[in-house]
Amino acid sequence: MIKVEHLDVVYGHKENRNYVVRDVSFSVAKGETLGIVGESGCGKSTVLRSLAGIEQGWTGSIEMDGHPIGKSRSRDELKLSQMVFQDPYGSLHPRHRIGTALAEPIHAMGLGDGWSNVPTALKQVGLPEIFASRFPHELSGGQRQRVAIARALTLSPQILLLDEPTSALDVSIQAEILNLLCDLRDERGLTFVLVSHDLAVIAHMCDRVLVMQNGGFVDELSKNDLRAGTTHADYSRQLFETSFL
Amino acid sequence: MPDHNPPPILSVRDLNVRFGKNSIAAVSNVSFDLRQERIGIVGESGSGKSTTGRAIMRLLPPSAHIEASQMDFCGSPLLDKSERQMGGLRGKDIALIMQDPRYSLNPVLNIGRQVAEAARLHLGLSRTAALETARAMLERVRITDPVRVMKLYPHQISGGMGQRVMIAMMLLAKPKLVIADEPTSALDVSVRRDVLVLLDELIRENNSGLILISHDIRMVAAFCERILVMYAGRVVESLTRLDDAQHPYTRGLIAALPDPRNPVDRLKVLDRATLETAQ
Ligand SMILES: Nc1ncnc2c1ncn2[C@@H]1O[C@H](COP(=O)(O)OP(=O)(O)O)[C@@H](O)[C@H]1O
Ligand SMILES: Nc1ncnc2c1ncn2[C@@H]1O[C@H](COP(=O)(O)OP(=O)(O)O)[C@@H](O)[C@H]1O
Ligand SMILES: [Mg+2]
Ligand SMILES: [Mg+2]
Repeated sequence: MIKVEHLDVVYGHKENRNYVVRDVSFSVAKGETLGIVGESGCGKSTVLRSLAGIEQGWTGSIEMDGHPIGKSRSRDELKLSQMVFQDPYGSLHPRHRIGTALAEPIHAMGLGDGWSNVPTALKQVGLPEIFASRFPHELSGGQRQRVAIARALTLSPQILLLDEPTSALDVSIQAEILNLLCDLRDERGLTFVLVSHDLAVIAHMCDRVLVMQNGGFVDELSKNDLRAGTTHADYSRQLFETSFL
Repeated sequence: MPDHNPPPILSVRDLNVRFGKNSIAAVSNVSFDLRQERIGIVGESGSGKSTTGRAIMRLLPPSAHIEASQMDFCGSPLLDKSERQMGGLRGKDIALIMQDPRYSLNPVLNIGRQVAEAARLHLGLSRTAALETARAMLERVRITDPVRVMKLYPHQISGGMGQRVMIAMMLLAKPKLVIADEPTSALDVSVRRDVLVLLDELIRENNSGLILISHDIRMVAAFCERILVMYAGRVVESLTRLDDAQHPYTRGLIAALPDPRNPVDRLKVLDRATLETAQ
């Protein structure tokens, strides 16, 4: 579903050149959930943003659903994948009602006003229809994240790019959101790329995990590796040890 | 136990905090004693953890009504103290470590000056001696290039470095009571352990008591001798081991945590309706 080869993202020029992502290659099968774990600043979000088309300063090649994808995206390419962020405040306009936020992607694509879609969009993430008339600040953190997921799903993407989707939430709310994501994935055969600094969340959700450090991948762990605590690099062993004090 | 024991470092009975005219108490009937030990306070956001810590420090805004039948620090009632007396205690005898240390440090003083200031205040050192002590203390908290770090301002250092600086200053002040409110929540996992180890050294070296406030129940259980579990402003359970948890809230929180060693298809979620009726 996704194939990335020799992805580089460099900020700065000449002597200030800073490789934020360095020669990263990976692929994700349809219906698979790939995890990327690593400490803050290692480049996880930059990889996701490149996949989503938000970050345009990359070189290398990205393929989705069998087609090479360029830096600026066509409408069909944009519909293929959607991103969910850690802080849904970032993706929800504070003065737009929830209904408006959910109708907007369809409207922006010229596929109608999007309003008829709003009740279903709310229902699929377990929220009551009346939430359409509320503002983001009138929702709890977990409810806002549900709205962000609903919004990401409005154009029926095949791929969800999840950037620390539960890192700002309490564990009990995190459990609800992770369960919701699993249900949606199973119902619709979605492909996920999930980025997190939390190894336990990654291990719970993912079929396969890439461990990232300083812009590159240093280890790959299977589900069995995660279960058994098997690692193949010093850095991932450290990550395991410090994650479960 | 014989009664010639020294009084606890902190003794709290029936602490209640209400904000403004809000009819719901943020903290209800919280009681505990702290000796030379590490107590953890855990619970979800909004459960009243920070309010409890700030009530002890008397750092709540004027809209807060604080009541307690007892809130004694080393045998003397905190609620009877004047603001001036509290100012004398804070930072010296009672210290607060917050999530982002960069807000607790003075933004216009470089790190070297701030730590040296603490050395002058608490050890009565001269300017040059204080700077040398500051350097030694930064080294002590395992900052590898203290001379460079001393020239930096709070906004120029990482969160982990900031917590080390806070701990260095406390090693000088030797507070009897340390309240650490989510001290590692903003830090990377690899730095978290270092900061906890330093915090542990600080507490043991000074024979102080620690209140470690965190939403991370596993971390608190690994680090503290005793855990108070807060739900909706109340302490619902006091534990020495997570495995002993009886209260449905505590058990719910533990069950909601993903655990790679015990993989499950679906995570357990809290049954809030049942919890609320049980309240
Ligand atoms: N627009 C930008 N300009 C310059 N540097 C950036 C930019 N965005 C991110 N970076 C840097 O790139 C690195 C990787 O960032 P990021 O992908 O956000 O990491 P992560 O998500 O793993 O925490 C960091 O060092 C960050 O400071
Ligand atoms: N300054 C304040 N004014 C009004 N309400 C407050 C204030 N600070 C905290 N609260 C309320 O008190 C309750 C407990 O908050 P807090 O102690 O911050 O919880 P925790 O630290 O466990 O997340 C919450 O309902 C919160 O909204
Ligand atoms: Mg990121
Ligand atoms: Mg708090």
